[in-house]
Amino acid sequence: MAYLDHAATTPMLPEAVAAMTAEMVKVGNPSSLHGSGRKARRVVEEARETIAAALSAKPMDVVFTSGGTEANNLAIKGLYWARKKADAKRIRVLISAIEHHAVLDPVMWLGEHEKAQVEILPVGQDGILRVDTLRQAIEADPESVALVSVMWANNEVGTIQPIEELAEIAAEFDIPFHSDAVQAMAYLPIDLSKVKVTALTITAHKVGGPQGVGALVIKSDEKLEQVSHGGGQERDVRSGTLDAPAIAGFASAISILVSQRERRANRIKNLRDELIKRLKEAVPDCVINGDLEKRLPGNVHASFPGCEGDALLMLLDAQGVECSTGSACSAGIPQPSHVLLAMGRDEKIAKSSLRFSLGHTSTSEDIDELIVALPQIIDRAKRASARAKISK
Amino acid sequence: MKNKKSVVVAMSGGVDSSVAAARLVDEGYKVTGVHLALSKEKTVSGTKGCCTLDDARDARRVADRLGIPFYVWDLSERFQEDVMQNFLDEYAAGRTPNPCMRCNEKIKFQAVLERSLELGFDAVATGHWAKIVDSPNGPLLYRSEDEAKDQSYVLSVLNQEQLAKTLLPLAGSTKPELRKEAEARGLVTAFKPDSHDICFIPDGDTAKFLHKHLGNKKGNIVDIETNEVLGEHDGIFEFTVGQRKGLGLTVPRKDGAARYVVSTDVKTNTVMVGLPAFLRVDVVGGTNLIWCGPVKESPFDCGAQVRAHSDRIQATAFHKDGNLTVEFKEPLQALAPGQTIALYEQDRVICSATVVSTNRA
Repeated sequence: MAYLDHAATTPMLPEAVAAMTAEMVKVGNPSSLHGSGRKARRVVEEARETIAAALSAKPMDVVFTSGGTEANNLAIKGLYWARKKADAKRIRVLISAIEHHAVLDPVMWLGEHEKAQVEILPVGQDGILRVDTLRQAIEADPESVALVSVMWANNEVGTIQPIEELAEIAAEFDIPFHSDAVQAMAYLPIDLSKVKVTALTITAHKVGGPQGVGALVIKSDEKLEQVSHGGGQERDVRSGTLDAPAIAGFASAISILVSQRERRANRIKNLRDELIKRLKEAVPDCVINGDLEKRLPGNVHASFPGCEGDALLMLLDAQGVECSTGSACSAGIPQPSHVLLAMGRDEKIAKSSLRFSLGHTSTSEDIDELIVALPQIIDRAKRASARAKISK
Repeated sequence: MKNKKSVVVAMSGGVDSSVAAARLVDEGYKVTGVHLALSKEKTVSGTKGCCTLDDARDARRVADRLGIPFYVWDLSERFQEDVMQNFLDEYAAGRTPNPCMRCNEKIKFQAVLERSLELGFDAVATGHWAKIVDSPNGPLLYRSEDEAKDQSYVLSVLNQEQLAKTLLPLAGSTKPELRKEAEARGLVTAFKPDSHDICFIPDGDTAKFLHKHLGNKKGNIVDIETNEVLGEHDGIFEFTVGQRKGLGLTVPRKDGAARYVVSTDVKTNTVMVGLPAFLRVDVVGGTNLIWCGPVKESPFDCGAQVRAHSDRIQATAFHKDGNLTVEFKEPLQALAPGQTIALYEQDRVICSATVVSTNRA
């Protein structure tokens, strides 16, 4: 079997499993005042410190959530409401055209229900947002912008955005800047003491921690309206009992990640380059999407002209090779990826694509399996797709 | 090796296709479950159709339970063109189509079968109630053991080439046995009610659906004997030959006899009504002749079936150049153009055709 879908989720590190299971056998709500509660609280707070340190942020900045999607929702809605409350003119929300649905959809929701004026900033064919595009959009009327959100690195094509410069522009106009760093966290150094990002989304299961826990890292003096109301945990912006075992696993994964990030990123990048090279040899007409340099080390995103991505995925799956079409589903029906459409690809090419994503357990053998299986599978998918056209 | 064959099972999320998949797994086939997404709209409620989110979930749960791969195939565009649009076109042309048969012919056993074969699968299986038997003359299509569930009529649009690549694992069972088996296997679909309605008209209101898409087109309801205008209608597609209810006529016949829809005329947008005697059919003309087995020499004797569960009437069939003429030995009551006539030899389906004309002797 070859698991080539680490961008969807990556195996937990053994250390994270150990840290998590050690907490699971204990009792104690981190909000309780007694001994058991204090012990659980200590685990949570130490985890908070570990995660903050990894990002050069303050422990108080870390707001634990159930994962990336919740953190994005909290950032987008919380910042929008807070800004609009302070100044009713601020209704413009600027995002890139390649955001994950966990950013795109809450923003569109604000547009439909909360009178937000949504502006989607186009990206280049390389899948990268230009700094001037953001500047022009803000300068059109800086006083009316509530927030900007641009992901650190894209989940489908892996392109890395110029976050440092983008955040600088927003800061120049005193506009909050949010970035979804769910994919970036595992491979890119993120230093919040230097980059002027107001709010950052991270999640545990993309870095070797458990699923179901993440965080929004947001300066503690930044005004944020609460999204889920309740017991007042997490600075009163994210109520709900904290999941101490998962948080312990999250922090464990992060601390190992930080010590190994560069070495790991280099190893995976070499594997990735090998994959691209062999892919082009095996399937000469395949097209790699997204900038090749400003790209996450583990990402390969390729279009296979004349094939349907979901047919390829199914046939690879049958051979034990697991990957993704990278795009969202609606009731199980594949939709053309909005990311590829934003990069100027047509619907057909968008639907003919696969994402292979490598991670910490990937090896050369995984690539061997893919390359052995692929040519015959491409032939079959091409025939099926050509046949569908004829008999129509 | 027969049992190493790889098979796509079309899993609707109902009990029939669930058990079909389970049996193939038991027999050692390499089974892949496929749920067909036939509508782009996300319908959540309703157990009637076969393309709701609930049904997709049920199909997925059965596949999980059987430990087989499962995918949703998007055939909504093909379905829209080949089934729904055809349904509307046929009604607009004054005929009464059978969309489920059209779906079998164009979607399940054409689009899905072709795609499966090209992708490297050996066959497609469904939870239809009928039997395919191999013979020196190629595969033959027979009625299922459970007469009450028999679906050989709706499969009579399949040719031998399609039958050769089709598996129907339910032949030989009865429905109660099947439900028991599903329950014993722990399948979530064991007690799901059967679907009856047209899947893209979940509320069952065909007239409303047709009005929505074809609009209103007022015309007259005319007595076929006297040419007297008896009333108005909002579109001839609301009427099917043999229909008695819903005519909205206020002038009764002097003798008090009930009137039936005898025919419709698209050109004049008229619905003709009259006594049951006018519904008598002795001869049927058909087109789109499909042989489910070897071609028979014309003429031949057969049993003719014109609805999914109607009796078979003894008849003599003639065919030439893909057209079929069927002479009934006893008259048939009411048959609408657009319906399918299937011809049987004992329990074997010989062929089928689409009705284009009906005549009295």
